[in-house]
Amino acid sequence: MIATSISLHVVTPERQLLQESVDSLQLPGQKGYLGILPGHAALITELGYGELSYRKGKDLRHLTVMGGYAEVLADRVIVLAEVSERAEEINVDRARAAKERAEKLMGKPGDKDVDWDVAMLALRRALIRLQVAAKGGAVAAAEDHHTAP
Amino acid sequence: MPTLIDFRRRIRSVKNTQQITRAMKFVAAAKLRRSQEAVFAARPYAREMRHVLQSAISRIENPQHLLLARRQEERILLWLVTGDKGLCGAFNTNVIRKGLEFAREHAEQKLDVIAAGKKGRDALRKRKASLVAEYVNISGKVEFSHAKEISGKVIEAYSAGEIDAVYAIYNEFKSVLAQRLIVEKLLPIEQAELRSPEPAAIVDYIYEQPAAEILNSLLPRHVEAQVFRVLLESAAAEHAARMTAMDSATNNAAELIDSITLHMNKVRQASITREIIEIVSGAASTA
Repeated sequence: MIATSISLHVVTPERQLLQESVDSLQLPGQKGYLGILPGHAALITELGYGELSYRKGKDLRHLTVMGGYAEVLADRVIVLAEVSERAEEINVDRARAAKERAEKLMGKPGDKDVDWDVAMLALRRALIRLQVAAKGGAVAAAEDHHTAP
Repeated sequence: MPTLIDFRRRIRSVKNTQQITRAMKFVAAAKLRRSQEAVFAARPYAREMRHVLQSAISRIENPQHLLLARRQEERILLWLVTGDKGLCGAFNTNVIRKGLEFAREHAEQKLDVIAAGKKGRDALRKRKASLVAEYVNISGKVEFSHAKEISGKVIEAYSAGEIDAVYAIYNEFKSVLAQRLIVEKLLPIEQAELRSPEPAAIVDYIYEQPAAEILNSLLPRHVEAQVFRVLLESAAAEHAARMTAMDSATNNAAELIDSITLHMNKVRQASITREIIEIVSGAASTA
């Protein structure tokens, strides 16, 4: 039987973020994004930092994913993320502040006190959060428009 | 002979204590609910992690990894998980007692100890155990970063060959009324535990990276998840223990108040009787 939907599980050490049936999804693999449709070949991969998006009917939703693993089966995808959050959970102000902080740190290349890798990771996390939040916000705004009288 | 005012004072003081213990009981109950939810919320991750690990490990002929390697246990690291505060019955004492028992059993090996929680740390310091690391004030709010830190330290020492095995002693949250004291081996990871019970279900995976590479990075994550689970279990168990301890303290205070009140009434009655006798006999003598 050919699967027509994927049951997507997203778990982090602290909680179960998502467990629902979706039509397709995109995963941030370590070497680029992976598009997954129902019936995908079984796969295990390490995840990078990026955005996980999934489509359910007309709805396109986004999550942040920061590292972890994913197991893909024909009708099921398990994402073991180290950190993950929904678009609407992201604190945009905090992410923006983190981005500015990281950029400031990286602006002084000669400084020995700056841990380049840490700053780089912080910047990447902040950028992904901002990107996902922006997309999530757009969806929410569109919904508002529909519900307005 | 104590006067009425003494009894009243005594009752008031017991009542104050009772109010405090009752408040602590409610606080513990609220915290218990939260930490219980945290325990349940962390379970899916541990379950899925085990699942992925199982399928990865069963794909490899002869899995070789430092964290799976069994060595002669000559240097042991013991991780003692207690709470930071007292007033929770035998919660901390049990762990410490078990730890000492463990040390006696392994007297011929070299034993290093890591303490999580102030109570365990203080007890170990007093006994001059070789304390290599301590993590205090984390049971209030357990975060994954704590687990990462502890497991990082443990894995590093194990990989460097400084230690041959890692054991944890902690209280498992069994139910609100019962905690179970657990002695668990964290490292080396028992391979049998990871073997899939149903080998027929194994799928031929595509790997983005070589299977061994995935395994190498998955195993430390697995240890992290285990450490995190232990921390959460212990925190929930601590709140449960405190709640029961404070509940019985509140009941004991109520009993004490009853018995003091009874005693007070007896004394009061005796003094009234005596006064009546005095009046009556005074009246009789003037008549």
